[in-house]
Amino acid sequence: MRADTSILSADASIALSTERLTKVWGSFIANSDIDFRLPVGARHALIGPNGAGKTTFINMLTGVLAPTSGRVFIGGEDVTADHQERRVRKGIARTFQINNLFPGLTVLDSVLLAILERKNLAENWFRPLKSHMAEIEEAMDLITDLGLEAQAGVEVKTLAYGKQRLMEIALALASRPRILLLDEPAAGIPAGESSEVFSVIARLPSDVSILFIEHDMDLVRRFSQRITVLVGGKVLTEGAPEEIMVDPRVREVYLGESAHG
Amino acid sequence: MSPRSSAIERLASPRPRPVEVLAWLLPALAFFLVPDNLALGVSIMTYAVAVLALDLVLGYAGIVSLGHAAFFGVGAYTAGLLAVQGWKEPLTGMLLAGAVSLALGFLASFLVVRGKDLTRLMVTLGIGLVVYELANRLSSVTGGMDGLSGFEIGPIFGVFSFDLYGRTAWWYVYGVLILVFVLLRLVVSSPFGLSLRAIREGVSRMPALGASVDHRLRTAFTLSAGVTGIAGGLLAQTTQFVGIDSLSVGRSADFLVMLVLGGTGRLYGALIGTTVFMIAHDYLADMNPVYWEFWMGLLLMAVVLFARGGVVGAGRRLLQTVKTKFARAAP
Amino acid sequence: MASNILGILFDGLAYGSLLFLIGVGLSITMGLMNFINLAHGTFAMAGGYISASLSQKSGMPFLATLPVAFVGAGLFGLVAERLLFRRLYKAPHLDQVLFTFGFVLSSIAAAHYFFGAGQQMGVMPSFLQGQIRVYGIDLGRYRLLLIAFVGLITLALHLILSKTRFGAQVRAAVDNQDAAAGLGINVGLIFSLCFALGTGLAGLGGALGIEVLGLDPGFPLKYMVYFLLVVVVGGAGTIRGPLIAAMILGVFDVAGKYYVPQAGAFIIYVLMIVLLLAFPTGLGGKRA
Repeated sequence: MRADTSILSADASIALSTERLTKVWGSFIANSDIDFRLPVGARHALIGPNGAGKTTFINMLTGVLAPTSGRVFIGGEDVTADHQERRVRKGIARTFQINNLFPGLTVLDSVLLAILERKNLAENWFRPLKSHMAEIEEAMDLITDLGLEAQAGVEVKTLAYGKQRLMEIALALASRPRILLLDEPAAGIPAGESSEVFSVIARLPSDVSILFIEHDMDLVRRFSQRITVLVGGKVLTEGAPEEIMVDPRVREVYLGESAHG
Repeated sequence: MSPRSSAIERLASPRPRPVEVLAWLLPALAFFLVPDNLALGVSIMTYAVAVLALDLVLGYAGIVSLGHAAFFGVGAYTAGLLAVQGWKEPLTGMLLAGAVSLALGFLASFLVVRGKDLTRLMVTLGIGLVVYELANRLSSVTGGMDGLSGFEIGPIFGVFSFDLYGRTAWWYVYGVLILVFVLLRLVVSSPFGLSLRAIREGVSRMPALGASVDHRLRTAFTLSAGVTGIAGGLLAQTTQFVGIDSLSVGRSADFLVMLVLGGTGRLYGALIGTTVFMIAHDYLADMNPVYWEFWMGLLLMAVVLFARGGVVGAGRRLLQTVKTKFARAAP
Repeated sequence: MASNILGILFDGLAYGSLLFLIGVGLSITMGLMNFINLAHGTFAMAGGYISASLSQKSGMPFLATLPVAFVGAGLFGLVAERLLFRRLYKAPHLDQVLFTFGFVLSSIAAAHYFFGAGQQMGVMPSFLQGQIRVYGIDLGRYRLLLIAFVGLITLALHLILSKTRFGAQVRAAVDNQDAAAGLGINVGLIFSLCFALGTGLAGLGGALGIEVLGLDPGFPLKYMVYFLLVVVVGGAGTIRGPLIAAMILGVFDVAGKYYVPQAGAFIIYVLMIVLLLAFPTGLGGKRA
């Protein structure tokens, strides 16, 4: 354990935290000095106008992007230097705003692979896939949970768009994360149908800590316990939904804008 | 059948279906039906081993290699040089040929996994060209442009001598082809094989699943190089000659064409493509080689534009159409 | 010795100039559409045959054949792009590689059929033969012309790209195709024009280079690696990167053949692998 680990990140009730996390491209500051804490079991929403730096923040949490400065902690452990694969193995999983799936694999193939990766079985080349019955059962259970059972044997690219969004979540869940980052899980789904995605999220075990980016304020209000507002790469404010909804600054920069759009 | 069990049924499996076993008897049938052209059968099956190996990296892992002849030729020279030095036992000779190519492939794999598609293509091409130039310069060892000849191969298991008609060679290569096919079938229907397909389909997702992509690709490339080397060893042993063109870019391109012609990523495509290519080549042997090239080029363009998936892909589509027609006719 | 080195440097630069002239069009089209084109050499060859046929059969002066080679190869490129290559922009890289490779094979056979297997000879006017002595170094007149020519064309290209409306559109499209299309730029048309210009320049290079590169039906395959290397090492979508890459390649190739002739093409291939590994995204690549 590092001696300089800050007090807040050593707290056992905190699943994920950042310390002065900053990302700069040339003269453009995408994220600036973000201090953030995600308690264990949280349902936390990250909101903000387009270009506020939300996806950049997620990318630094998962290790896709290296921060210019600042640190990331998983359960108190400094993981800033860890690359993406290692952070996944430490319990962090994510979905992508734009589908990032395996179009030519079947639904079962995809989920099964994610499970095999988690169990470090995916480099095994002499034991047939079909003999991994425990993993196949687990994959089918997860697929059934997400209501994709009827499509288990079809290629992902032939799925309807909404089902593909569920596949994003299925792949993330297959790695049994302690921390789940959802980048606009219902992006592109017609407003009326997005609750299917969120009802899946609502059913997740309570000890999984969830951070999600979402634009639909109604969904945010229904599914989050806490909200962080990001504007221009900085944290504008953080609080419970009822506080945020009435905060005049938030209404000005964010709600005002979405009311016009 | 429930969707659950049919989905599980669709998972890749190494277990052969009855129709496959029957299909594998076809070459044996050809042995008895066309006994005066066994040499062609031997060379088809030899190249099929190399094209199967190429399918592993190209069809499954999605790496376009324009340098696989390097491993083929190195295997051929290894087996040839061993025989020249007096190591006449064929099985160990073939395995050593595979081992040397495997080692070379392992070294090359570190270079290949760097960079993206185009860089990879150029690196594999570069490796092929470097090995070719080396063999050309080291003519005191390799025989240079004249190639390597005048060596003999001992009998298989110390019993079956290679004969003039190619009967022994035929059964020898047939046996190796089956073993290689079984090995690769095992590999592609394993978790490792699934992860290769996943890398081909969506490499950017793999790190988010906690997978290390480079290591998988290196393993696949190394294995493929080793099997290609075995094919080269077979060529040297059955023809008792190694020409420098076995290392050429043209040979790499031939492998690629055979695979694409048959269909990538399904193993059987490699077998069918090689067979069609070699028979056409043999049939049109009297044709001026320039025109062969012309039609080859045209065929490649046509396959890309109109017949993605090659012969096997087209066959599947046909089967699918027939099935749906029947399903409509008899509801 | 010093003059020797300078002489090799000069020859290398002349050779590099040709590689650049032929490769620059490939760089721009690859940068625009992320389209892997192995067939670029075919258009250079076409320019070479146009020039050689005109000067041999109808006695046209060498310099007068150059514009014809440029226009002829450019038109050939335009037609091929509109009819064939266009269909593959969205296809996987493997398909692009296979298709353009098939195109190369067929074009080699076609060249063989129409022009025979032999090397073509350019008919050089007398004022391009021989050498000029500058500060004790013999500089071939023809190679001087090459370097001057390519210098002018590079300058012209630079001006077109940086000063004209067309150039601005090309830069926008290379930078971000979707955004450019959103601004109302006809990306398809831009690409056709770039392809025509690029293949035209390749044709010009093929014609100018008959003395240095030679010309026979195997040309597109023989130099395929060099042209691709100019682009891959230089970085697709730029002019400066390929220029530097072409000069490095030219000088190393000439020097290698002079100092270690027994190594043959070995040096250039090893250099290629080293450069590719050292600069996986190219010297001036747009992708970080």
